[in-house]
Amino acid sequence: MTDALLTGADASTEVPLKRRLRRAERARQVKALALVLPLLVFLLFTFAGPIAGMLWRAVDDREVRLVLPQTIAALASWDGRDLPDEKAYAALAGDIMAARASGTIAIAAKRLNYALNGFRTILTTTARNLKTAPEPGTAKETLGKINPAWRERATWTTIKDASGPVTGFYLLSALDLTRNADGGIIAAPPDQAIYRDVFVRTFLISLSVTALCLILGFPVAYLLAALPPGRSNLLMIFVLLPFWTSLLVRTCAWIVLLQGKGVVNDSLLWLGIIDAPLRLIYNRFGVCVAMTHVLLPFMILPLYSSMKAISPAYMRAAASLGAPPLTAFLRIYLPQTLPGIGAGSLLVFILALGYYITPALVGGAADQMISYFIALYTTETANWGLASALGAVLLLATILLALVYGKLVQGQQVTGGMKN
Amino acid sequence: MLKRKIVLGFAAALTASAALATVAQARDLTVVSWGGAYQDAQKKVYFEPFKKAAGVPMNDESWDGGVGVLRAKVQGGAATWDVVQVESDELAVGCEEGLFEKLDYSKIGGETAYIPPSVNACGVGAILYDFVLGYDKDKLKEAPKGWADFFDTKKIPGKRALRQGPKTTLEIALMADGVAPKDVYKVLATDEGIERAFKKLDTIKGDIVWWKAGAQPPQLLASGEVAMTSVYNGRIDTANKNEKKNFGMVWDGALFTIDTWVILKGSPNKDAAYKFLDFVGKAENQSKLSENIAYGTSNKDAAALLAPAVLKDLPTAPDNIKNAVEINVAFWLENIDRLTERFNKWAAK
Repeated sequence: MTDALLTGADASTEVPLKRRLRRAERARQVKALALVLPLLVFLLFTFAGPIAGMLWRAVDDREVRLVLPQTIAALASWDGRDLPDEKAYAALAGDIMAARASGTIAIAAKRLNYALNGFRTILTTTARNLKTAPEPGTAKETLGKINPAWRERATWTTIKDASGPVTGFYLLSALDLTRNADGGIIAAPPDQAIYRDVFVRTFLISLSVTALCLILGFPVAYLLAALPPGRSNLLMIFVLLPFWTSLLVRTCAWIVLLQGKGVVNDSLLWLGIIDAPLRLIYNRFGVCVAMTHVLLPFMILPLYSSMKAISPAYMRAAASLGAPPLTAFLRIYLPQTLPGIGAGSLLVFILALGYYITPALVGGAADQMISYFIALYTTETANWGLASALGAVLLLATILLALVYGKLVQGQQVTGGMKN
Repeated sequence: MLKRKIVLGFAAALTASAALATVAQARDLTVVSWGGAYQDAQKKVYFEPFKKAAGVPMNDESWDGGVGVLRAKVQGGAATWDVVQVESDELAVGCEEGLFEKLDYSKIGGETAYIPPSVNACGVGAILYDFVLGYDKDKLKEAPKGWADFFDTKKIPGKRALRQGPKTTLEIALMADGVAPKDVYKVLATDEGIERAFKKLDTIKGDIVWWKAGAQPPQLLASGEVAMTSVYNGRIDTANKNEKKNFGMVWDGALFTIDTWVILKGSPNKDAAYKFLDFVGKAENQSKLSENIAYGTSNKDAAALLAPAVLKDLPTAPDNIKNAVEINVAFWLENIDRLTERFNKWAAK
């Protein structure tokens, strides 16, 4: 393309205009990029980097390889049908002796215990009782004597499955799946299959909170947008004041209001509406009420700004053309607030997905959302693989939702039939 | 000009950091504990007197636990701590991983000076505290006698609160079902035992409020939301002393656990650390701690030095520890993930 231009040009050293233009464009782009570069670097280090690290942790599986290297090597050729041969047993004995000396046995024990409950004891007792390396040819017998688990095929398949360097184990667990002894993917045993329920619960609570926020927030935003500035500013303070108050304070205030001998129950009892206190807290109801209150400003503010932009003249025009109020509202006003509804709903929904403190304080044991489990495995039991896998699933689900939302909202910018 | 300033600045920074590095190599003894009112009490009766008595300079810091932190300190070469107070599960894992010095008890008064459960190869017990059954004396007509009453909603109506999760909850359920405190973990180690615990929990499932933070149980009692709760003994004591509450405790079938002092592996201040541990292990010093905060201590003779009024509220009082059971760290290290899943499955039903 440029060649064609050049051959057609005279022999002067004049750079063609098109190319100069492109150069100038590029220079402008580089300048613009230089301006946002600090931000990009900052985001890379504080946001993209940690998220990538988290996703990596969900599949990283090098602990057993680190502690039992010879065993992993010996098991590489094992077909998994019968017990492994003497060589593997001898390798394991050597690994355990070495790991005990360096104090790393617990690292492997912890990882293997996730896959097979009781493995921690198997390894630690073996390490404790294996005083000297077994005579050549007797490793199988010796280990089997110390702990009969070494005579089980499942013990060995667990080690082989955990040989790394990456694993799908944590991600499968996060979806209530597991592998059987032959490597096929099957459903996890029923008393350990909880995460799908927890994800569904998380989405349901977020959805109900979003719906409640929309129902309560829409009229408030309408009122704010319709009032003259002086009074609307005063009301805006009422919206913003809770917005600026600490989350913890607001959550605890709901405990005081809703508990058995709280303000709400006492008032209802005094009025004779109820005979016994209602259960308003430490259940799903309490979670929805408190979360709706906390997240309401996030719905009202986008709605308010989209309503502010709607000229009252449209509604007057609709009325003058004979539309009854409801029709005018549904056909003229509501479509114009859709961007606000969309933005507010998405904001509230995604914030609600990650809620942790509020459900922890006002919910029951059956109302804990996924973030509770992520926190539990991160801080308390230090099962970072599972915590990361749960986080990865949540992240993926959220991204998918945002994409679906993007598709839905595109081309929805209804202008009430007016073309500009 | 500016360039020269920057260079000068760099040089200054370099010398400063070099100086800091040498300070770090020959730094003072650093002791790390749990912060809050507890560390204030420790400052008063341990840290300040130790500085004076031993003539050893020391600083104290606080932390929030987590074996990962200790691992980073020891293996990451950022060993800025010497003596740390750890919880029982951190002690177990850290000891397995070789993060702590093996303790030479001859330097701190010998193993016989301490109560047996507080003696560990990697550390020495600091405090002993309990999960007890707590209730409000002003609200209950008759005092509960133990966990069996806790599960008896006919005898004592009202809601109950337990710590969310399987740890402590399953032990309490088994004791309520008639398992003797000393046999709790034997029973819990079997599948039948776990079934039995959940069956017992089923009987009051609708009446349980689950708490997560140690500050919640006293609040639940004070507001009348629950009739009884499991609670850290120190919290009941504090509520009675500082907020003029009239809460009671049942020590029978209490679950106790021990926090332990450890010396981090490779500490450059090992001698000073031993001096410190010897000082805080002495009965006369430990008794002062219990006067300030209602925790038991590890020295066998500390209890004898206390006024009877103080002693009767401590977990280590002979009558209180008689029928208490120690939370089994090894059991929970092995089973916490599985039973947490199981517990949540049960809760969601």
